Amino acid sequence: MSTRTIQGQKNLQDIRQASKDGIGGSPLRPDGTLKVKGEFAYSSDMWHEDMLWGMALRSPHPRANILSVDISEALKLPGVYAVLTHDDIPGSKFYGLEIQDQPALAIDKVRYHGEAIAIVAADHPETARRAVKKIKVEYEVLTPIVTEEQCLNPEVHGYVHEPHEYKSHGHGNICHSQKLVHGGGVTDEIRALADVIVKSDYEVGMQDQAFLGPESGLAVPAEDGGIDLYVATQWLHVDRQQMAPVLGLPEEKVRLTLAGVGGAFGGREDLSMQIHASLLAQRTGKPVKIVYARDESFFGHVHRHPAKMTYEHGVTRDGKLVFADARIVLDGGAYASASPAVVGNAASLGHGPYNIPNVRMEAIALYSNNPSCGAMRGFGAVQAAFAYESQMDKLAAAIGMDPVELRQLNAMSEGDSMPTGQVIDSPAPVAELLQRVKDMPLPPPLDLENLDVRTLPGALSNTSHGEGIVRGIGYSVGIKNVGFSEGFDDYSTARVRLEVIGGEPVAMVHTAMAEVGQGGVTVHAQIARTELGVEQVTIHPANTEVGSAGSTSASRQTYMTGGAVKLAAEAVKQAVIEKGRRRYGWTQNDLTLAGGKVVSESAGALIPLVDLLGDEAIDLTREHHHRPTVPFDKETGQGFGHVQYTFCANRAVVDVDVELGLVKVVELTAAQDVGKALNPLSVIGQIQGGCTQALGLAVMEEIIVRDGKVRNASFTDYLIPTILDTPPIPVDVLELPDPNAPYGLRGVGEAPTVSATPCIVAAIRQATGKALNRIPVRPEHITGTL
Amino acid sequence: MEFLRPATWDEALAAKAEYPTALPISGGTDVMVEMNFDVHRPSAILDLNRITELTEWEITGDVVRLGASVPYTRIINELSGPLPGLALAAHTVGSPQIRNRGGVGGNLGGASPAGDAHPALLAAGRDVFVEVASHARGTRLIAIDDFYVGVKRNSMEQDELIRRVHIPVADGPQQFSKIGTRNAMVIAVCAFGFALHPKNRTVGTGIGSAAPTPRRAVEAEEYLQGVLAERGLWESGDLLGAEVTQRFGELVKAAASPIDDVRGTADYRRHSLAVMARRTLTWTWNDYSKQIRSAA
Repeated sequence: MSTRTIQGQKNLQDIRQASKDGIGGSPLRPDGTLKVKGEFAYSSDMWHEDMLWGMALRSPHPRANILSVDISEALKLPGVYAVLTHDDIPGSKFYGLEIQDQPALAIDKVRYHGEAIAIVAADHPETARRAVKKIKVEYEVLTPIVTEEQCLNPEVHGYVHEPHEYKSHGHGNICHSQKLVHGGGVTDEIRALADVIVKSDYEVGMQDQAFLGPESGLAVPAEDGGIDLYVATQWLHVDRQQMAPVLGLPEEKVRLTLAGVGGAFGGREDLSMQIHASLLAQRTGKPVKIVYARDESFFGHVHRHPAKMTYEHGVTRDGKLVFADARIVLDGGAYASASPAVVGNAASLGHGPYNIPNVRMEAIALYSNNPSCGAMRGFGAVQAAFAYESQMDKLAAAIGMDPVELRQLNAMSEGDSMPTGQVIDSPAPVAELLQRVKDMPLPPPLDLENLDVRTLPGALSNTSHGEGIVRGIGYSVGIKNVGFSEGFDDYSTARVRLEVIGGEPVAMVHTAMAEVGQGGVTVHAQIARTELGVEQVTIHPANTEVGSAGSTSASRQTYMTGGAVKLAAEAVKQAVIEKGRRRYGWTQNDLTLAGGKVVSESAGALIPLVDLLGDEAIDLTREHHHRPTVPFDKETGQGFGHVQYTFCANRAVVDVDVELGLVKVVELTAAQDVGKALNPLSVIGQIQGGCTQALGLAVMEEIIVRDGKVRNASFTDYLIPTILDTPPIPVDVLELPDPNAPYGLRGVGEAPTVSATPCIVAAIRQATGKALNRIPVRPEHITGTL
Repeated sequence: MEFLRPATWDEALAAKAEYPTALPISGGTDVMVEMNFDVHRPSAILDLNRITELTEWEITGDVVRLGASVPYTRIINELSGPLPGLALAAHTVGSPQIRNRGGVGGNLGGASPAGDAHPALLAAGRDVFVEVASHARGTRLIAIDDFYVGVKRNSMEQDELIRRVHIPVADGPQQFSKIGTRNAMVIAVCAFGFALHPKNRTVGTGIGSAAPTPRRAVEAEEYLQGVLAERGLWESGDLLGAEVTQRFGELVKAAASPIDDVRGTADYRRHSLAVMARRTLTWTWNDYSKQIRSAA
């Protein structure tokens, strides 16, 4: 895979003589080799003397009243230690990320297929499974509320949550809504200013995070009556905040330590087994481990919101956008999860990285009896990008303009205003990113003389030897925010300790950051090396002994916790220098730490850290807060709502077997501005991974739900890309620093997931001439056999 | 749960007679997945892994006698010549790890309409036999056309085990195509096997994942055999007209009775079967035609 790093403005940090394993270098991640060799200890690998196994009984119905639960037969089974229902919960019965609307165990009714009703602890997973089967639940099965029409007519079809149960601004079966009006809005007068109007409906299926390590953790009861939980999660402190009230414990008695995480992508933002294992440990006084089976994992976490969207754009004959109108209906499923924030993103980012003088938008999330939806990589920006980028292609076709040119003509840049009124106050090289992917060399055309069947759609399934293959090319660009928005202060905490160990200065970095595979621990060590001028850095296990690091999501961890590590390391550096000044009376103003010494740019090396520190450790903790934001106005959507924006452009080259509807993505090119690549290898990996997950949504990944029931809760039928589906992904990294961000960096992980899906669909459209207004694109859509 | 580990074939048959509900396991690529998903909790498991003859194959006369547990990887590496259709099908089974473990016996025992081996076995001709045996009654051969009787049901008795499959050595080109919605490691949306049998002037077809059982497209076979005979094409090797491949595709499509499910629609299955039938017929006939012309 080819990669190219293009320098923007020289970053100040580059001026220093930095360690090759400091920032800007690409030291290898400590977990990489272990994972490849199968030696990494995941949360599911944990073991404790005398531990029990926990398991949940889950509802087979998407909507039902629970008439009775009889646990007596389950309790009689030898080896069963506890069977709990909501009656056994010592504290609050509800939890939730933003709205506490989800019962830890179902109370009198179930609202989605797979909702947990009772939990069992037993001496063996098979005993637990048998005990679960012996729990007798009497249901009154109700017709599930699953379509938009049903949700929006609660008088006819009923309420997912009774109106008196609402804990937020929701009403009817609407969990959250956000409107937005910009410029003159969209009126008949405005419409009249456009030469061409394009209006279409779009639909996005329910994507799953499909992380490979199932939900798992080990809850250990402590002597002080508290719980020590070892768990794979994305945010230790928000787990604790939700768990403690349910367990009836003060937060300090609920201690969490991060266990090995096998991927997350948003799917571990909500609680899964945390409360259940802890309740069972509290009750039995024994350690309790819960590991979900694969099918249970599909029921045990939230998914990406499926969306139905209507978009209308007006454009002048010379390609200037005049107005854009959109309605986005997101199916939030049974419980709120992150729906309100997803709605905020959809509304504020849903018109893309374009200057549009007149805008209107309404985004809503429904409550339904479908599976709950919440956070997933791209968070509210993914669904809309499929719609607005499809619209750009249609507009370009309608006025006979090149689709890249149309996008560039309307592209945002620094100083422009978002439809929310927020001025973009750092680089926004949208047009340039498009130009970069367009200028990359194209892969060679299909060589029909020397065919390798593995390179064709269908590959070794041997469906074509060249018949029916048509190549298509598509372009796209997308916008994503970085960090939590709308007034949320998602600060991060870092503790940095510098001391002499074995005759060498060693830094230790302690945060509660969840390393979920993003490479944060590698970057933290790089920051410490650069700031403290030492080579040896250890990373303390992530736990709740230190302050919150916020969530590993929203492309925020390097920005936020990386920023906290930088602040703490800088404070340690200052303390070291002050110590030297006090002891030696240095007067230079150009002191810093490098090569294990205190150095002065004018006077050279002053003293080795080993000598200056002696037996003393310098141990400081700092919090990093991003600049404040504000909630969007409920009716107009106006407000300085986002911390930072990030952009990625893509080009897709696909071969389609137009007779069979099979697709092979030949190449997927990405260009992204990352502000500053702290670890270029990881940055490229993030971009390639994001593109691949976007490819999955474009052509295969969907949880199929019929009448509220999940039909494909397995990797047999929920398909994710294999290596034969994943093309070369050349990445062009642009580094234009954001003056507001640590090191000028820009969050990386999500932007390609937003932008890459629409360009693949655009390429398939070009090859097939089909409308393809729904993703994932299935062979049936291409062949007209739905 | 009983775990039975016979050391010999006779012990295995005796064990199966004693525990008729015991689930045989060899590669475990199907059985273990279903147990993980809690589909089965069999009363007993009969592990066949100690019986080495199940992993052997031999060619006797014009017939390959393929042990039930010969893994797909070995079928690809060792039997692509005599069994080209089955080897192509084997290429599409799961992942490399699964191909290293799984064999045709498991496909036959499970009798899932989606088993990748079935269309290739059907296409290989009416002289394909499944050799099964019981402790009480000894060995019998079940013709492949009589083997599949219902969704995930075969015509074996409860006390029988699959020893091997008898498959004629290919005497003409064979092809196999499978539709999946990703480019590797995918269960068939539908599949089609096709073979030319120049020696007895017949053709073989096999349809997978588009009916309650794997099945043959009988009318398509008869139509094509008629055309090839009437026009003297077996002898001349002349190219087939587009109307022939078209008609053949239509008849294959008509032979299917697929359903809508999460993997694909019935309409798409019919449509893609017609396309695969046309293409595989064209590929095999072009190969045959080349052989005839180069021999002439």
